[in-house]
Amino acid sequence: MEEPDKHTEQKNKLSTSKGEIVIHIKGLKKSFGSKEVLKNISLDVKRGENVVVLGKSGQGKSVAIQCIVGMLVPDGGTLTVFGEEVSGMNEKQLKQLRIRIGFLFQGGALYDSMTVRENLEFPLTRVLKLKDQVEIDQRVKEVLDGVGLLDAIDKMPSDLSGGMRKRVGLARTLIVKPEIMLYDEPTTGLDPITSREISELILQMQKKYKTTSIIITHDMECARITADRMVIMNEGEFITEGSFEELKKSKEQFVRSFFN
Amino acid sequence: MAEQVIPGWKKWLEGSGDQVIFLKGFFRNVFRGGFEWSEFVRQCYEIGYKSFMLVGTTAFIMGLVLALQLRPTLINFGALSMLPKTLAVSIVREIGPIITAIICAGKISSGIGAELGSMKVTEQIDAMEVSGANPVQYLVVTRILATTFMVPILTLLGDVLGLIGGFLAINITSNVSSLLYFHKCIASLDFTDFLPAFIKTIFFGFIIGFIGCYKGYNSNRGTESVGLAANSAVVTASLWIFVIDAIVVQISSLLFYK
Ligand SMILES: Nc1ncnc2c1ncn2[C@@H]1O[C@H](COP(=O)(O)OP(=O)(O)OP(=O)(O)O)[C@@H](O)[C@H]1O
Ligand SMILES: [Mg+2]
Repeated sequence: MEEPDKHTEQKNKLSTSKGEIVIHIKGLKKSFGSKEVLKNISLDVKRGENVVVLGKSGQGKSVAIQCIVGMLVPDGGTLTVFGEEVSGMNEKQLKQLRIRIGFLFQGGALYDSMTVRENLEFPLTRVLKLKDQVEIDQRVKEVLDGVGLLDAIDKMPSDLSGGMRKRVGLARTLIVKPEIMLYDEPTTGLDPITSREISELILQMQKKYKTTSIIITHDMECARITADRMVIMNEGEFITEGSFEELKKSKEQFVRSFFN
Repeated sequence: MAEQVIPGWKKWLEGSGDQVIFLKGFFRNVFRGGFEWSEFVRQCYEIGYKSFMLVGTTAFIMGLVLALQLRPTLINFGALSMLPKTLAVSIVREIGPIITAIICAGKISSGIGAELGSMKVTEQIDAMEVSGANPVQYLVVTRILATTFMVPILTLLGDVLGLIGGFLAINITSNVSSLLYFHKCIASLDFTDFLPAFIKTIFFGFIIGFIGCYKGYNSNRGTESVGLAANSAVVTASLWIFVIDAIVVQISSLLFYK
């Protein structure tokens, strides 16, 4: 008698969690000195969704996602992740939150005094505090295989190309299986073929690990491949949102200008 | 005029406040669980072992030069037999510690400043923090403790090589057996020469690591700030070394040298 009950309960949980809002941003403001970078940012991201953020350089896209992980403290507005206000968190809560969020930096940010293997082990031993070397090895190999760089495992970051660094950076963030991924220009500075590979990889990882993602990019090919929804940022505000196709056909000159 | 002076002071005060906060962060993380032993040992090797040659050579030359410079003066006073004692006291109390510390400020403090500065610029420190790891514990605590531990050891090495340098100088100009020379050196030293000097090298080591880490960790974004961090680490650490030296001399002369 009890069995089916449990089942439906679980199913309900799953279906509600599907449409659940994991990142809720409303009226976010951030200034540096007299320079107002974020004026009024609002965005809701649902679980499992890929949201692409477009915008000219220097508009504050990086600043916005840095607020989400608590690297920068906003001056106003609300910002909740998994239903909790980020600015109200203490050190310990912030750390717990950061474990659940992966952040891919614009330059990959590999630790250049460590080999690829040590780079990947670092979050496992320092953040998840894993002790079992067999499990650690296995997870390192699995995630490196996922980004197609298994043979670079003992190389130093300085021996890798730009595209390889980005992929290792991606592997290092994915290795802890984050629920949210924030990508800061994952394909900038790469050739079209490698860019496409990375974009496909992002999509694949979303499927495999069921992550929710915010992807900042200037690369329309990357946006086309990865986006469930797109928003455009200009002068500290999100001015439009819609699917790739919708924005491509937009009547506004400014929006269309991103597409060619 | 006043407007020009006040911002300078304000900046200086703000900087001091930041340093105090950084210092608090260091102490909070020293006693937190999960000390990074292997990184500490690696830093001791990087910082200490790789400076042995430089410190040793410099101290050796200083001892040699000091002996050659002292000799004529002592002969004038008819006190040539005092040379080993004078050498031993000046090297152990002052020359050894200060030469080692200044060399380490130039080599180690700037090295740490540049290393952490470039980690900051390339967002490695941010990446560490955002991943939920603790960059202060991993990067800062290990380095500061490594310098605090290694600079006194390097100073001991510097003292010994300085005395050997002095012996060489004496041996060139007159015929003194090494046994007699070192016997005279050691006999002329006591606990009150050695202890304050040793204690101050611990502070030197700490300040060398601390300033290097502080400057590197708090450098701005942009590649030129790496050079800036390294440079101001050397300048600030050297300045602090002389300030500490002056303070320790005052205290130890009150306590020991009446
Ligand atoms: N930590 C900081 N301190 C001071 N100003 C900052 C800081 N971070 C960013 N800014 C400023 O905020 C503005 C927006 O920067 P941001 O890096 O978010 O731009 P972006 O939209 O990501 O541009 P890009 O596409 O070139 O990466 C810039 O003018 C920058 O100078
Ligand atoms: Mg950016």
